[in-house]
Amino acid sequence: MSQTSSATTSTIALVVNGEARTFEGDPQTPLLWVLRDTLKLTGTKYSCGIGLCGACTVHMDGRPIRSCATAVSLVAGKKITTIEGLAPAGAEHPLQTAWKAHQVPQCGYCQSGQIMQAAALLATRPNATEAQIESYMDGILCRCGTYQRIRAAIKDAQAAGRQG
Amino acid sequence: MSSTMLSRRAFLGSAAATGAFVLGTRLVPVSVFSQDALAQGPWEPGVYLAILPDGLVRIIAHRSEMGTGIRTSLPLVVADELDADWARVTLVQALGDKKYGSQNTDGSCSIRDFYEPMRVAGATARTMLEQAAAKTWNVPVAEVAARNHAVVHGASGRSLGFGDLVATARTLPVPAAASLQFKKAEAYRYVGTPMPSVDLEAIVKGQAVYGADVERPGMLLASIVRPPVLGSTLTSLDDGAARKVAGVTDVVKLAEATAPFGFKPLGGVAVLGTSTWATLQGRKALNAQWSASPNASFDSATFRKTLVDVVHTPGRVVRTQGNVDATIGVGPTHEATYYTPMLAHAPMEPPMAVAEVTGGKAEIWTCTQNPQAVQDTVAQALGITPEDVTCHVTLLGGGFGRKSKPDYAAEAALLARQVGKPVKVVWTREDDLQFDFFHAPSAQYLKAAIGPDGLPTAWLQRTAFPPIGSTFDEKEQYGGGQVNMGFTDLPYPIANLRVENNPAPAHVRIGWLRSVAHIHHAFAVQSFTDELAALAKADRVEYLLRIIGQPRVIDLAAEGAKGVRANPQHPFDTARLRRVIELVAEKSDWAKKPAAPGRALGIAAHYSFFSYIAAVVEVEVNARGQVKIPRVDVAVDAGTIVSPDRVASQFEGAAVFGTSIALLSEITAREGRIDQTNFANYILARQDNAPKETHVHVVKSTAPPAGVGEPGVPVIMPAIANAIFAATGKRLRDLPMRKVPMNG
Repeated sequence: MSQTSSATTSTIALVVNGEARTFEGDPQTPLLWVLRDTLKLTGTKYSCGIGLCGACTVHMDGRPIRSCATAVSLVAGKKITTIEGLAPAGAEHPLQTAWKAHQVPQCGYCQSGQIMQAAALLATRPNATEAQIESYMDGILCRCGTYQRIRAAIKDAQAAGRQG
Repeated sequence: MSSTMLSRRAFLGSAAATGAFVLGTRLVPVSVFSQDALAQGPWEPGVYLAILPDGLVRIIAHRSEMGTGIRTSLPLVVADELDADWARVTLVQALGDKKYGSQNTDGSCSIRDFYEPMRVAGATARTMLEQAAAKTWNVPVAEVAARNHAVVHGASGRSLGFGDLVATARTLPVPAAASLQFKKAEAYRYVGTPMPSVDLEAIVKGQAVYGADVERPGMLLASIVRPPVLGSTLTSLDDGAARKVAGVTDVVKLAEATAPFGFKPLGGVAVLGTSTWATLQGRKALNAQWSASPNASFDSATFRKTLVDVVHTPGRVVRTQGNVDATIGVGPTHEATYYTPMLAHAPMEPPMAVAEVTGGKAEIWTCTQNPQAVQDTVAQALGITPEDVTCHVTLLGGGFGRKSKPDYAAEAALLARQVGKPVKVVWTREDDLQFDFFHAPSAQYLKAAIGPDGLPTAWLQRTAFPPIGSTFDEKEQYGGGQVNMGFTDLPYPIANLRVENNPAPAHVRIGWLRSVAHIHHAFAVQSFTDELAALAKADRVEYLLRIIGQPRVIDLAAEGAKGVRANPQHPFDTARLRRVIELVAEKSDWAKKPAAPGRALGIAAHYSFFSYIAAVVEVEVNARGQVKIPRVDVAVDAGTIVSPDRVASQFEGAAVFGTSIALLSEITAREGRIDQTNFANYILARQDNAPKETHVHVVKSTAPPAGVGEPGVPVIMPAIANAIFAATGKRLRDLPMRKVPMNG
């Protein structure tokens, strides 16, 4: 039987992709599992569970965070953006456009995290150099080895941004 | 173009409802279907292809998509031969079913084995549509031709869409494959062009569905504590605290597997709950004690010495010609010993499976490279027949060989049966690294007598590694076919040559990992070749071409190899090996980039999965001994290419994969337990240490298609080692190379 202990259960309000959501449960639950198990937003991926690989990267108030290593209690009242909410419905983010043009993904599993990390870079440092891109993206592991196409796509999106 | 992962029921249901014309290459007699009284009923003489009366073409993707693009590439071959408009093609991912032939997406063989069957499927349907049009118009079939989803009659300008022809086409006899006319290569519009993957859009939007993403109504999540040493068993369990964790619903003991372990679930203690977090917390709260196992003696550092020692003793001869013993002591000799460690697959998506078991039947949703093995393994675990197991194949978040071994699907099935609910088994990263089917640790010993021209006059090489066979027969210590992977088939014409295999026992489950035994064999052979070139003070590229010698087709049996069968479709032609070496030297500007202290190029060439590959890697080693790889050039002759961009991406990825193996990754064990737990200590290449640019140069070829997914890996490790030697004078014979200070 499932047991509920009020001592370990909290109600936490957060905003995910522009929608007010509430989570009831263990406040230590990583945001990743709230997104995936509770909110059914499975675009954010589990891979290491301890913030080492970045597959679970989402934005909290615009900053990239590792949702697998961020307790949901820490994002109470915050605005969370996942890959599903990166662009308005029916539209696509310039990075998604560039990602398709370069056919970046292989298996694709890490790519939500790659794109979310890159989106934070593009928003905060639109003119990041190659070395800065490399350093900023270093935390997001890709076992298929799509790194060079990731950098190429980011540079394309930078250029698209400069054009307008 | 659209793609779906429909269930079989949904697919056949909709096909039946719309009167689909289903066609494939494994044809069942038309008579079976001619009795179909319903004119609008599906006509299904085969398995790979359906055409609906509304003109939609439905193609079955029967291989697993783990990033190679195969789910797109093979259907493109069908569509091209059919002359279908790709925009009016929809894909359906196949269930596990023997009727498709092998679905084991492994061994770099999808295009190799199914290029022809897909052409036949497309050409058969096209021929029948053309015949249907000719019959409709009462004109000779030679006067009509399929053009972009329609059949046209040039003389009269008439045209009928594929959908309009379905009703007639399905009344016609299926032509014999031998009678089919195939498109000329220059007429292809999809094959050979860089078509995007059908999954690209879903992936960049976060909508792609992997094994981890499957959810069934009422499903429980499960996390399993497995026996920490292979063969150990549970001696005591306190699950009181685990059961008190909010959201935990069950704690279930699973019987421990016994040798031979095969694909059997390892057993252990599963914690089930209503959320992933609950099961993980419950699992942490378990107190499980385990018995000793004979494998608790396994210490990888000690075992390294065992392997190195054994290759310094005579082994089982797998190839011999001339007289090595009489010639190898004459004149100068060179010898070297190489070691490569255990490796884990570490796909970004760990193994995941969802199961429902009701009424003696199981339904599985999983990221698998081999759905038929899922059927077999689950059936064996549950004591039912494979036909009673339905396996849905999701996208795979990486595979690399791990996901052709379906122990995790059987775990889910056992738990689902036990609790009477759908269960998803979630492997953590720690589980993935500790309970992998590991790439074997290995040692090689090579010795050559060197002639006055610097070329070897005699050559002895030995290899030892716990074989994959040990997973299926624990007594097996010899490598069998794995010795032939880049070792027995040494492509150098040396008068006196002997190849030996020494025994090595396994203490963990050994499995195949991307490029398998080519990993260690290419590293040893191509490093040793470079060492001989260095002793000869020769240009490495020139030496490599000289040691390969005049172009020839190698007849291994005639050259003393035992039990090696030639593949008549794929003769080992050293002219093609030479060609990729010349090409990569040209494209990398080899001649213009002589080695300098701290910066140099290295070359390696290797034949695997019937593909000819050469790589030049540029390394920089700074004063602190850090290695950077500014550039990799890879020349590839993989025969006929279907998807050039996906081929390029496979070789770009292989350069990164090989860099991880060369510099970073290692699985170690003490007292039978794996030391590595996560990406902090199982280290993989990232942006910072991966090659900055990989340039892939593909030889245009009309030869039968060869492997692509794996052959890019073996050349990378020796090319890096050879470049580091050229840059620093340090010859690194142990992987991973990060363990040796390069500035010392």
